[in-house]
Amino acid sequence: MSLLNVQNLKVSFHTRNGEVKAVDDISFTVETGKITAIIGESGSGKSVACYSLLGLIPMPPGKIEGGSAVFEGNDLLQLSESELRHIRGRDIAMIFQDPMTCLNPYMTIGHQLMEPIVYHKGMAKTEARQHAIELLEEVGIRDPHSTIDSYPHEFSGGMRQRVMIAMALINEPKLLIADEPTTALDVTIQAQILKLMADLQKKHSIGIIFISHDLAVVADIADQIIVMKKGKVVEHGDRQRIFKNAQHPYTRALLAAIPAGTKVVSETQSEALISIRNLNTWFGQGKNKEPVKAIKDVSLDIRKGEILGLVGESGSGKSTLGRSILRLVPITSGSISFDGIDLTEMEGQSLKKMRSRMQMIFQDPYASLNPRMSVYDTLAEPLLLHKIETKKTVEQGVLKLMDDVGLARGFVRKYPHEFSGGQRQRIAIGRALATRPEFIVADEPVSALDVTIQAQILDLMLDLGKEYGLTMLFVSHDLAVVKHIADRIVVLYKGEIVEQGSGKELFENPQQEYTRQLLQSIPGRALLG
Amino acid sequence: MLRFILLRLLQAIPVILVVITVTFFLVRAAPGGPFDSDKAVMPEVKAALEAQYRLDLPMSQQYFAYLGDLAKGDFGPSFKYPGRDVNELISAGLPVTAELGAYALLVALILGGLAGIMAALKPNTAQDYIPMSFAMVGICMPTFLLGPLLVLVFGIYLEWLPVAGWGDIPGDKILPSLTLGAAYAAYIARLGRAGMLEVMSQDYIRTARAKGLPEWQIVVKHALRGGMIPVVAFLGPAFAGLLAGSFVVETIFQIPGLGRFYVQAAFNRDYTMILGTTVFLSTLIILFNLLADILAAWMNPRLRAQLGESK
Repeated sequence: MSLLNVQNLKVSFHTRNGEVKAVDDISFTVETGKITAIIGESGSGKSVACYSLLGLIPMPPGKIEGGSAVFEGNDLLQLSESELRHIRGRDIAMIFQDPMTCLNPYMTIGHQLMEPIVYHKGMAKTEARQHAIELLEEVGIRDPHSTIDSYPHEFSGGMRQRVMIAMALINEPKLLIADEPTTALDVTIQAQILKLMADLQKKHSIGIIFISHDLAVVADIADQIIVMKKGKVVEHGDRQRIFKNAQHPYTRALLAAIPAGTKVVSETQSEALISIRNLNTWFGQGKNKEPVKAIKDVSLDIRKGEILGLVGESGSGKSTLGRSILRLVPITSGSISFDGIDLTEMEGQSLKKMRSRMQMIFQDPYASLNPRMSVYDTLAEPLLLHKIETKKTVEQGVLKLMDDVGLARGFVRKYPHEFSGGQRQRIAIGRALATRPEFIVADEPVSALDVTIQAQILDLMLDLGKEYGLTMLFVSHDLAVVKHIADRIVVLYKGEIVEQGSGKELFENPQQEYTRQLLQSIPGRALLG
Repeated sequence: MLRFILLRLLQAIPVILVVITVTFFLVRAAPGGPFDSDKAVMPEVKAALEAQYRLDLPMSQQYFAYLGDLAKGDFGPSFKYPGRDVNELISAGLPVTAELGAYALLVALILGGLAGIMAALKPNTAQDYIPMSFAMVGICMPTFLLGPLLVLVFGIYLEWLPVAGWGDIPGDKILPSLTLGAAYAAYIARLGRAGMLEVMSQDYIRTARAKGLPEWQIVVKHALRGGMIPVVAFLGPAFAGLLAGSFVVETIFQIPGLGRFYVQAAFNRDYTMILGTTVFLSTLIILFNLLADILAAWMNPRLRAQLGESK
């Protein structure tokens, strides 16, 4: 008998713009001791389906229209709020996407960990504390006796996710719902968390629903895969079958969107556009404070027309390096030259002039676009500011940019919130291209996007790179993405370059231990070859 | 932490100096003097009085002499109440004003806090709209209107409560406290609502729900602390406002507090009394702002850690 049996679940949201069918007649089962992965892009209804089982969607506007979800003989959808509450956190626990925001910043982690067991099982606080310490140890938190009294902000993202997992497991639930538990984490940390979850699942023999937008992430751990699109299940089956013999075109599109293959690099070597010599960027220098050495003695050439991939974990200094080159952060020592001109000594007007030749694309296209400026205003501003177009010709310039980045001309008067993430990133790319730059720093430009959109944006960047003759520094934590787009890859670790070479060299024959670790952390590499 | 407090106290010194200087010269720039009277006073008498209170000296000497006294903690003699000095008058009025302020603050926190939390738990329903409409009215209505209105309704029509006084008849403290606290209750309700709404939409509230905790535990244990930080931060400015408001309320209800002395002192051109009360009240306001800031920082573990580091 299955642990959870969902039949014909329908959930809709009644909004001002009419009814939205978020989950449209889906059925699936979860077995004890198995991992069931639900895959789909944002808006596919995968999270809503799971949240609605536990009464965790806001109602209204949400409404469960029909179906059943039998868990241990009870239909979850028929239970009263208080009956359901006694199942939540005791028999069914959850882990969420962003461990940075999912823990209460005002309470110690020990307090938060003990809460479910004290509430549901009435365990005495001293005993619960002992139990929490043991569990923290099990999920790999060092020195749990003292860290149990720490606040969430004292932990890194990966550690917080471990705390979340411990919290979910404290009542020994039978079912664990994990909603994108590794999406916000670095690739090496992601690998650790995935392994931890697989280990714990075997040890405690619990059923897991693993929600993700990324097929590659679940490739190694899922027993069963359910693919959702627009509220419907389009395909489901065991892992082997989905990866080897996907039937539905959407599943195939998802598989194809996983960045694979190494870029073929032409052998001709052009001269360096950017030369960095012995660059140091340190932060927080005080009288008796040790500075944070974000960049340590980095020397690097970026050749004309190449796309240089810069990889590393968060905190490795990769974003700081990109910003240092554009002189967006003050550098401590060393030199940067651009097209033979020394940037390090430049200030004021001359620096501003240079900046029009160098642009930046950011990770979060929503945060970096002014919400009160339409696409037209956003694109026209740099064109006019740098006197590339006159008032008379600016409209043509804007439309040309929109064509280049693949935005329909009809969108010209719309505002950022009216666009999807991928479209917003296209606007941001258009804005960066407006000044006709020779060099672009792209800082995690596709990390916030769904995989199929990610592939589109990467292709767009490759095309535009050729068309505009761009040199690019492509910063990412995702090796698979970088391998797909970059001519050469530089691996940064704790502010220092540990290895560099072409994608092929690096992937086939990594020289450094750290690079090997990074490569092993790429999810789904076994299946993808 | 200690360093942070010391630094803030040091920063307060120039602020208070500016207050003293501006007040000192402003009251003297105002037309009329403390010994002007409708009746003609013999010039010799007036001169003698002025000499006694150092008013015959040049302005700059008066100023520095006053600063010298102040440094010793002496606010000087009152010009209008012969034989009593300002220190005495302040310590006579302060307990009354402090009591009134404390009750008003209590009214504001309890009424405002409850209304804010209630509204935030069911946003955009009657449970939100009704208290928030009251809050809007509370913010718009000045105390000099609200006070007489309350007196009219509860004191005169219904005859439930006394119309004036302080501590003479049982229940005479209720109307003044309500009048003074109402506007702050309204502000706190709005701040509390906004703060709680913000917190209740956070991911960690969803985590708490996923743990199966009952709603009241989620509100009390998980949401209240974060949601009330804006309210706590507002307590400093609120305190200043309460003091300012108490002048009006004390006048309406005939309460013998600091506020009434202050207003009378201004009419009387009682230079030392005006100065003394101003300096005393500004110091209190600065102290309470500091307290509110420390409290708000203390409630946030992240800021607390930063304060701890700067030891």
